[in-house]
Parts: sequence; C-alpha cells; structure tokens
Amino acid sequence: MTSTDQLSSTPPGFLARLNPVTPFLASILFTTPLLTTIDWGSALIGIGFTVLLILAARVSIMSVLRRTWPILFAAPFAGLSILLYGEPGGTIYWQWWIARISDQSIDLALGMSLRVLAIGVPTLVMVAGIEATRLADSLALVLKLPARFVLGALAGFRLFAVFVEDWTSLTQARRARGLGDDGKLRGFFTMAFALLVLALRRGGHLATAMEARAFGGGPRSWARSSRLGAIDWTFMAVALGAGIACIVMAMLMGTYHLVGSGFDQAI
Amino acid sequence: MSGVDFAIEPGERVLLLGASGAGKSTLLKGLAGVLGDAEDGDEFGELLIDGEQPSPYRGVAGLVLQDPQANTIMARVGDDVVFGCENLRVPADEAWQRARAALDEVGLGHFGFDRSTQRLSGGERQRLALAGVLAMHPRLLLLDEPTANLDPEGVLEVRDAVLRTAESRGATVIIVEHRVDTWIDHIDRIIVLEAGGGVRADGAPGDVVREHGASLAAEGVWVPGYPPEVTRRSRNIGEAPICLTLDLAIGRDGVAVQQGLGLSIASGCGTVITGANGAGKSTLALTLAGLLAPVAGRIDYASDLAPAGGAHVHKWRSKDLVTRIGTVFQQPEHQFVARTVRDELELGPKLLKRSSAERRATSDRLLAALRLEHLAEANPFTLSGGEQRRLSVATALATGPRVLVLDEPTFGQDRLTWIELVKLMDELIAEGRALIAVTHDAELIDSIGDERIHLAKAAA
Amino acid sequence: MTHIATSAEAQATTAPAKRSLNWRVIDIIVAAVLGVATAVIFRAWDFIAGPLSDPLDAVVPGIAALTAGIWLIGGVLGGLIIRKPGAAFFVEAFAAFMSWMLGSPWGIDTFYSGLVQGLGAEIIFAIFLYRQFGPLVAALAGGLSAVFAWGLYLAIYAYADYGFEYNAIYLGCSILSGMALAGILGWLLTKALAATGALDRLASGRSAKRV
Ligand SMILES: Nc1ncnc2c1ncn2[C@@H]1O[C@H](COP(=O)(O)OP(=O)(O)OP(=O)(O)O)[C@@H](O)[C@H]1O
Ligand SMILES: Nc1ncnc2c1ncn2[C@@H]1O[C@H](COP(=O)(O)OP(=O)(O)OP(=O)(O)O)[C@@H](O)[C@H]1O
Ligand SMILES: [Mg+2]
Ligand SMILES: [Mg+2]
Repeated sequence: MTSTDQLSSTPPGFLARLNPVTPFLASILFTTPLLTTIDWGSALIGIGFTVLLILAARVSIMSVLRRTWPILFAAPFAGLSILLYGEPGGTIYWQWWIARISDQSIDLALGMSLRVLAIGVPTLVMVAGIEATRLADSLALVLKLPARFVLGALAGFRLFAVFVEDWTSLTQARRARGLGDDGKLRGFFTMAFALLVLALRRGGHLATAMEARAFGGGPRSWARSSRLGAIDWTFMAVALGAGIACIVMAMLMGTYHLVGSGFDQAI
Repeated sequence: MSGVDFAIEPGERVLLLGASGAGKSTLLKGLAGVLGDAEDGDEFGELLIDGEQPSPYRGVAGLVLQDPQANTIMARVGDDVVFGCENLRVPADEAWQRARAALDEVGLGHFGFDRSTQRLSGGERQRLALAGVLAMHPRLLLLDEPTANLDPEGVLEVRDAVLRTAESRGATVIIVEHRVDTWIDHIDRIIVLEAGGGVRADGAPGDVVREHGASLAAEGVWVPGYPPEVTRRSRNIGEAPICLTLDLAIGRDGVAVQQGLGLSIASGCGTVITGANGAGKSTLALTLAGLLAPVAGRIDYASDLAPAGGAHVHKWRSKDLVTRIGTVFQQPEHQFVARTVRDELELGPKLLKRSSAERRATSDRLLAALRLEHLAEANPFTLSGGEQRRLSVATALATGPRVLVLDEPTFGQDRLTWIELVKLMDELIAEGRALIAVTHDAELIDSIGDERIHLAKAAA
Repeated sequence: MTHIATSAEAQATTAPAKRSLNWRVIDIIVAAVLGVATAVIFRAWDFIAGPLSDPLDAVVPGIAALTAGIWLIGGVLGGLIIRKPGAAFFVEAFAAFMSWMLGSPWGIDTFYSGLVQGLGAEIIFAIFLYRQFGPLVAALAGGLSAVFAWGLYLAIYAYADYGFEYNAIYLGCSILSGMALAGILGWLLTKALAATGALDRLASGRSAKRV
C-alpha cells in the first residue's frame, strides 16, 4: 500500500549511522556542562554548535521546527517571566506592582531564553527518527540494562502509539452512549482518565500476549545486533568537546555565570 | 472453571467447544502457562504437559489469544514474528529464517519484515499473530477463535495455514471456535466443556455429534446439522426511507475508503452490510451512526426522527443521538463506561431521567433477554468475549432508539445466545425499527437480512 | 512428545495468594504505561506552572515551590500501584526521561531531577518494607521526593548562595506541595483507578477489592 504503512522515518544524514544510544549519551555530554551557567555567551555558542549539527546532518528546517516547537514556544516565556520578576539589580527601568525590569533582569532573561534553546534543541535534533525498538535493543546490548525491563517498557510505551486512535474511539463511544455533551474541561479530564484506564487494561492483555511468546523467562537471544563503532565514539567525543568549549569561551568572554551564585560580583 | 479432566495425546487435533463463558479461553491460557501465578488468584488441581507444569518459557505451547488486537507486540512485522524466537534463545540467523517461513506459511510473505503493524485489518492481524506463534516451532498450538473476525475467504486461508503447519510439524493443535463447520472435517477429536465446570463430552467428532448432537445443540453448542431456527416475523417496511445518503464518501482522517454511496435505509427492515476485511464496513457504520463525519456527500435522516435543526447527523447532540440511534461497536470494550454490568445498562435511561424503578425494570429485562443476570454486578471488562458482545448489544437497546447500527453483533456467540440475539433483532425489526448490521455471518444474513449492502474492497 | 493431562482431583496446591516482591511482566508494562502517562502530565504542568513560578517568587522568594508537587507524582503512583521494590524510582525516572524527549524546556535537567525524585519516593516505600500504602506513606513519599529534588538543586545550582531564608521557604513549600499534590493526589488517583477494576491483576487492585 502507501508509504505510510512502512516505518519510513529514519534519523537524518549521518545520524542514521549512529547507534541509537549514542545521541542520548552525546546529548548528556554536551548539555550537562551548559547546565552550570545562565549566560547568553555560553548559550549562544551552544546554539551555534546546534546549527552546525543541523547543517552537517542536513536536517530540514521544517522537521526541526516540528520537533522542537514546544521549546521554541517556551523559551521566550521563560525569559519574559525572569525579565519581569527576576531578582532586580543595577538600574531599574520600569516598575509596576511586583514586576520590575532592571539591568540584571534583562541580562538574566536573555541568558535564560537562549539557555532553554541551547540545552533543549540539540537533544531533540539528535534523537529525531530513532526507532523505539532499536533503542531498546541498544539499551539492553550496549548499556546492559536488564532486558525484561527494557522490552517491557518498550511494549508499554508502544501502547501510546495508538493513543490518537483510542482517543477517537473513546470520544465516539461517549457520544454514542449519551455522555458526549459534557463541558470541554470536565469532558477532557474524564476522557484522560478513561484513556489511562484503557491503556492499563491493554497493558494486562499485552503482558499475557508477551508471556504467551515465552517472554520473561531469563536470558534471550537478540535477532538484531547493536554495537558502538568508531563513529559513535567520535561523535560523543566531539559532543563533550563542544560542551566544554561553550563554557571555556564564556569564561574567556566574561559572561560565565554559575547558576544560583549572587550577582554582585558578576555584573 | 473447575472439574475439568482430560488427557490429550501428541499430534492430536482437538476442537474445544462450550457455551460462551464456559471457560475455554481460561483453559487455553492455563495450558500455555500464562494464567498468572499465585499473585493473580487461587488455583486448585493440576495441569501437566509432558508430565510437567506448563511454563511458557520452554516453548512447548504457543498461544494465539482471542482478542486479535492484543496479539500484536512490536512495531514492525518482522520484529513481531522473531520476538518469540528471541525469547527462546534461537540464534539470530535462524530466527529470521523461521520468521520468513512463518510469514509465508500464513500468507503474509508479501509484507516483508519492515511493514508497520499499527494499521493492519482484523484479518491481517490474526495471521500475523499466528505467524509469531508458528515461528516458535511449538509442539502444542493453542488457538482461541482464530477466525472469528475474518471474512469467509480469510477463514479458509487461516484454517489451511494452521492445518498445513500442524501436518508438517506433527504438532498437537487445540482450537476453540464456535463455528464448528470450518474445522469438523479436519480434526480428530472434540472436547466440550460444561458451563458450570467439568467436561460435557469428549470423543471423535462423528461420535460426539451422533451421541450428543441434539442435547449439545439445545445447550448452546454449535453442532453441524443443527442449524439455528429463527422464524422471521412479518415485516412492515416503511414507505419512505428513514435514512438516505447522497454521494456519500466515508473514511478516516479525510481519506475516503468508499465513495459515491447512495444508500436508502428503510424502517422495519433489516439491512446487512457485508464485504471483505478492511473494505470500510465499520467506517460506514460509524458514519451512519453519526459518530464519524463523512468525507463528502450527505446523510439525511427522516424529519420525524432528526431533532429540530439537526441537518447533519454527526453534529447532533449526544443526548439526541442516544435516543434515536443506538450503536454497537466492533470492539466491545470501546463501548463500556460504567463499573458494573447493571450500571452500564442503566446509564442511558438515567440520562433520560427515567425513574429508578423504570431503570431497574429495563435493566432486568435486558439482563434476562441476553442471559447476563448472573453477571449483573460484575465489571464489564472481566466478562468473556461473548458476554461482552451481548452486553454491548444490550446497552444500545436500553434507550429504545428507532435506528440500530450493529457492528458484527453475533461474532463469538454460542448457539443459544445467537438465537436469543437474532430473535431480539427480529423483534426489533418487526416493531418497525431500522436495523443495520455489519456482519460476515451467513446465517445472520439469512435470518434478518432484508436488504444487503456489499462493499467491494477499494483498490489500494 | 506433547502429552497433556489435567486433573481436578489432585489436592489443592496453592496457599492463599502470597505476595512476592519479584517483578512480573505485567508489573513492568504497567510501570511503563504509568511512566508515559505521567510524562504527559508533566508536560501539561510545564505549561501551567512554568509561567507561574517567577511571578510567585517575586512576591515571596521560594514560594513557587508550591507548584512542584505535580512533578513528583510519578514516584508516588509507581510505589502505590505496583508495590514492588524499584517501582517508584522506575516510574518517576521513566516519566522524566519521556518528558525530556517530549521537549521539556529544562532539557536534560528534567531527567536528572527525575532520577533523584524517584529515589526519594523509593526510600519511603522501602522504609515501610513495601507493606504500607496508605495516604500517610504516600504523603511521606511525596515529601521526601521533594527534599531530594531540593538536594540536587543545592548541589548543582548552588542554591546555598540564595541564603537561608530562601532555602527554608523553598524547602517548606516544596515538601508541602509534594505531600499534597504528589502524595495525597497520587493516593486518590490510585484509589480511583483501582475502583475501575483496571488494577485487578496488581496487588493494589486486589487489596482495594477486599476493603
Ligand atoms: N479477569 C477476570 N476476572 C473475573 N472473571 C473473569 C475474568 N476473565 C474471565 N472471567 C470469567 O470467567 C468465565 C470464563 O471466561 P472465558 O473467557 O474463559 O470464557 P469462554 O469460554 O472463552 O467464553 P467466550 O466463548 O464467550 O469467549 C466468564 O464467566 C468470565 O466472566
Ligand atoms: N482508526 C483508524 N484510523 C485510520 N485508518 C483506519 C482506522 N481503522 C481502520 N482504518 C483503515 O480504514 C480502512 C477501513 O477499515 P474498517 O475498519 O472500516 O474495515 P472493515 O470493513 O470494518 O474491516 P473488518 O472486517 O476487518 O472489520 C482499512 O483500510 C483500515 O486499515
Ligand atoms: Mg473466549
Ligand atoms: Mg470492521
């Protein structure tokens, strides 16, 4: 039939050649150093590295937007609320009730907005298109996590692949049974609860089906192999290097600002 | 279930029969060793395979569950089929070879390994489940209603796949199926479970039918040579159609699976919708019932039925819908919203603000008509497959709608319940209601089908 | 080859349902389902509570922690529903991981927090030997989970620099929130789920039935 019946999504560009756990490890290595600071310098450099990654992997802009919109949406708000309510310092430009805009809050707000992008976007770009099944193989074979838990979690996770269809069926069922006229909010909560109940019930059936195929009884073989190769190690090394580079450059530029430390000396 | 004693020899092909709710599915799960441990509940007695307690981990028994939806485990066809092999520690190369062979065996070879398992039609899903079990090379094959959701062609294909495998591997096969005709010529033995517990009959097919045929049929088991008799009441078919469609296109997400449908549905008339798996029968049923917006075209209900200002049935208020059009979903569990069987039945009348005495009377009547009295306080989701089906039909009747849309109302029913159900449907039609039933069941078509809409499968 | 025999005559083999602390397949799958569902709750709460926290903190520094409880609910739900060692940790950590993947604005921080919060809740269930699952235990689990989260921020975010007063308010509010929004709410949700029969195959579902 049509291509929608094939699982067509694969990671873009060279990312497709990485082992599925590599992007996760790389993203930990890259973003963890960035967590130590709120400043526009390191964040901007981090974003620069992300852009390089997007170009190198030839990810289309559309697909970046589609995956990262929640972050793109959240970033300005994270900044805005610090801008208005963050701890003031330096000149105060504007004030209304508890909201104050000052030198320091402008600085922090900018840093915060950019930081949300710098630590959020690269992960989502890197993990795009990774298939849950391959990831599970890799978690068990490469990271040696217990197979029963990895595959059980995979199966449970897959129940949500039919999430949209279940939501539709539940809406139809409630409508057919005369319960469809509830207010929007109340209807939403009852439906969400019903969906959870349905997923738990399905989980019970699924557990039986998996056991009927001899799942859960100890060691198993793996039909797909999963190993880390040179490209994976290289990619992780580059990620760590880039993360540290952000911090070092920020320090050199004098923008580095350890999270939570006071501002008197920073400005 | 309790008091079940029997011994099955290697290589036998056994058909396991019994009334709905007799415990057939439960027994198969027990044989497969997946009934759960002591943490799940209490058990008594013993059940031995090759002299040992059954355990799924030895790979002796392979089970295909009753609910086809539940059998799909992985996201790709290939991964799903090798899953069992991996758990049995089959080396990778051999696992893939087995998977290829199993897919060929069930007629899904053309899929390849990479096809997504998410949107398979009912029939394809059944076959995939079978392939996943065959690849494990079980010596004991346990099949719970493997053909219940299939179109007539699919039934024969799946049956032949099972028989071929059993033949070539010398495997023991135990099949649960209500419709005996499909299998009767190909099995060695019939075991009938008693509803209250115990074995009712056990022996060669011919002997069981000869000795117990009449009494088994009376107790609800489908026996060849005892077709259900339902006398059709006289019809009083409405002059003007109660529902007309004009150039109707149906589908999900805006993609049409059927187009240009001009249907006319009369009151006092049984209309059956037939067609192959995936032809769009359920989609049509949902659309006619006002639960799915048409992709194009229109559906017009008679003005004495439609609520004021209700031009489009999919925009009617839910409360208007429930008194006018009753729907039975293909998957019963989609339909249940209450905690007990009785609450489920009283929900509609409650919404209509009927008095509690009236509600009680309605639910008692329906419980009796569909033989669910003993389950009044049970949770709808713990019922057997057949019991769930009956309950879903009963809920649609509780508010007395003039139009009834039933998606495969008789599948998985024993003979007695089937007769009750068909009588009930016949009565509803005779009362002047419009009844629309999606079905693969030839006897149902003969019994209530006054008009037939056949959907040809759209070319892919 | 295959020889099957069933017999009801043999003596009753099983004692009353005994409790085992080993994970069955169904426990794992339910944990995963709860994890994904919780991740969705987390993301929804990100949108609601995220923008609230800075204005609140501007009024009384530290008081924004009152909203933190919802992000701790995974551990409580896991512990209460599955009742096995590691369940609280697994559900909270898996939910945090999924939330990270769904685009949480706090990035990988979300995942680290989940690990620590899960550990906090887990310790309480362990202290009660996985035998007590009442509202008090639930509230304590939510509370300790909050303490652990604060500990993480103290360590990696140098919260100590904010001064004693801030930290006292922050810790007090987040414990309160953890006890109410994670503990008590989680307990109520578990009760509601058990009442639907969806947990019948789990220890939590059966004990609900007996009551
Ligand atoms: N999880 C459960 N909890 C409680 N009772 C159950 C549960 N599952 C099944 N039952 C009950 O056990 C009985 C036997 O069910 P089972 O599914 O084995 O019947 P069946 O013979 O396969 O019927 P059908 O032909 O309708 O599928 C039914 O009365 C059902 O209500
Ligand atoms: N929820 C859904 N979302 C999108 N497409 C669907 C959905 N359910 C079914 N389909 C597709 O729509 C088509 C028609 O499905 P439908 O369920 O109406 O078939 P059917 O005739 O009832 O088949 P069956 O006899 O197997 O029940 C099929 O190709 C199916 O794959
Ligand atoms: Mg059954
Ligand atoms: Mg259908």
